[in-house]
Amino acid sequence: MIEIRIHGRGGQGNVVAAYLLASAAFHDGKYCQAFPAFGAERRGAPVAAFVRINEQRIFRRNQVREPHYMVVQDATLLHNRSLTGGLRPPGYMLVNSTRPAQEFSDEFGVWAVTIPATRLATEIVGRNVPNVALLSALITLNGMMPVTALEKALADRFSGSILDKNVKLVERASAEVEPGLWTEEVRHAASA
Amino acid sequence: MRQALEGSQAIAQAVSRCRPEVVAAYPITPQTHIVENISKLVADGVLDTELVSVESEFSAASVILGAAAAGARAYTASSSQGILLMAEVLFNISGLRIPVVMTCANRAVSAPLSIWNDHADSMAVRDCGWIQLHCLDNQEAVDSTVQAFKIAQDTELPVMVCMDGFVLTHTLEVVDMPEQDLIDRFLPPFKFQRALDPKRPITQGALVSPDFFGEIRHSHHAAMQKSAAVIESVDADWAALTGRRCGGLLTVEGPADAETGVLALGSMCGTLLEAMETLPMDRPVKLIKLRCFRPFPEAALREATAGLRDLIVLDRAVTPGLGGTVGTEVKGTLYGTDPGPRIHTYAVGLGGRDIPLDILPDLVATLDKPVAPFGVFDADLEKLAPEDR
Repeated sequence: MIEIRIHGRGGQGNVVAAYLLASAAFHDGKYCQAFPAFGAERRGAPVAAFVRINEQRIFRRNQVREPHYMVVQDATLLHNRSLTGGLRPPGYMLVNSTRPAQEFSDEFGVWAVTIPATRLATEIVGRNVPNVALLSALITLNGMMPVTALEKALADRFSGSILDKNVKLVERASAEVEPGLWTEEVRHAASA
Repeated sequence: MRQALEGSQAIAQAVSRCRPEVVAAYPITPQTHIVENISKLVADGVLDTELVSVESEFSAASVILGAAAAGARAYTASSSQGILLMAEVLFNISGLRIPVVMTCANRAVSAPLSIWNDHADSMAVRDCGWIQLHCLDNQEAVDSTVQAFKIAQDTELPVMVCMDGFVLTHTLEVVDMPEQDLIDRFLPPFKFQRALDPKRPITQGALVSPDFFGEIRHSHHAAMQKSAAVIESVDADWAALTGRRCGGLLTVEGPADAETGVLALGSMCGTLLEAMETLPMDRPVKLIKLRCFRPFPEAALREATAGLRDLIVLDRAVTPGLGGTVGTEVKGTLYGTDPGPRIHTYAVGLGGRDIPLDILPDLVATLDKPVAPFGVFDADLEKLAPEDR
């Protein structure tokens, strides 16, 4: 089972990101579970959402304490240094940032990758919502599923030009990262 | 068809396919998405129903009471303070034996204000005379919702389907949504023998003198007890049609010869099941998943606990001054069983507290000690002033 924790701020589409990733896994033939850690439901407040993906039915309902992957939609959240708490080694952390990944890797002792998700989303979709670009980069990095699965999940929710722009964003964000750089965990989980 | 759906969305679709003729509800977290999705199905022309936007939960319950009394299949959903505001009407609905269905998206009751999950709301109305079913996951919530409409019309009793707020309502997972034609085969159109009809006048809800009140309460209790067999047979019929069971009154999972049992209800059973399978345990443990809280399945519980040395009962609500509701009822049921298990009662997961996998070994580790009095197992007493501990 793969466990993922998504951090962001209220209004950045954290719950939608978790639902999209889980739906994509469903389209890829997997069992999935996605849920938010509801806190103060207001724009800008730090929030988290969780995703589990498995070959078998998932029974556990507890919050993800030891994720295989972390997605950080807003790098300013990392001023809270406990954010990376529980992240399993080698510490795969995908950050929405224009800064070099090495800076995050060095500061937090993780294996960070950064993409300019906000810039890509603003350019291609016209909205400051980084979630879809980050999901596309994540599944490209870990090879957990093809990006077409994410496109199917998007097609469940969007249509017309909004869908077209998001599909373009998926492809553009996927090209930002090295495919298969983070496959270790996925291969291990599949054989377990 | 298998779909990845948010729990609330799945419930809205399941309710819609049961063809309710009247839906009345007032939004409250975490029930809101259920009602929003039903409204959307009505607006999209998928569901043809009389959707009544009411000004309170009291009215929501009153509308479905009146609608069902007039012979309509009727549905509502609520949570927490909403359930409490309905409480007076809930007693009227069951006292008049009006078959309706409600989803309780379980949430803690204020004060202090909490929007998160526990079972304080449905437990607070445990004596209202409704059937109460609890759900492991969103598949069971969907299947139990369809079953609830069948149980209600077969027993002429109201049914409350309890699903953990947020934990289920706001979780997206894979659900096999029963198709419309399958539900139509399972659930015939609503017929209510005592429906109000000007051509055949009857009185409902008359003043009852002391000469008859006790008899009416006796018959309500008897009807609830008889409903247990209906709840089991409806689940069996559903299984014959779909291959899926919701667990009748209760189910037992784990090694048959285990001498340690854990009894729980709702979504925490999922976490406990996975803990049983994945964590090393110093003794074998079986899980008793209580699906039907009302009627309380006394005979099934005695059978399920036979041979146990220890039974841990987990409540997700507290009766201050006594302990856990389910724990107390289990003790009452097993009183006089010889040799009965030692019964350990705890509350866990109150007001949305996360229930981790390792709560199971932590609970089992207490069994080496003498039976402790009831307590909130996951409470950190260090957070309290010494005089409050």
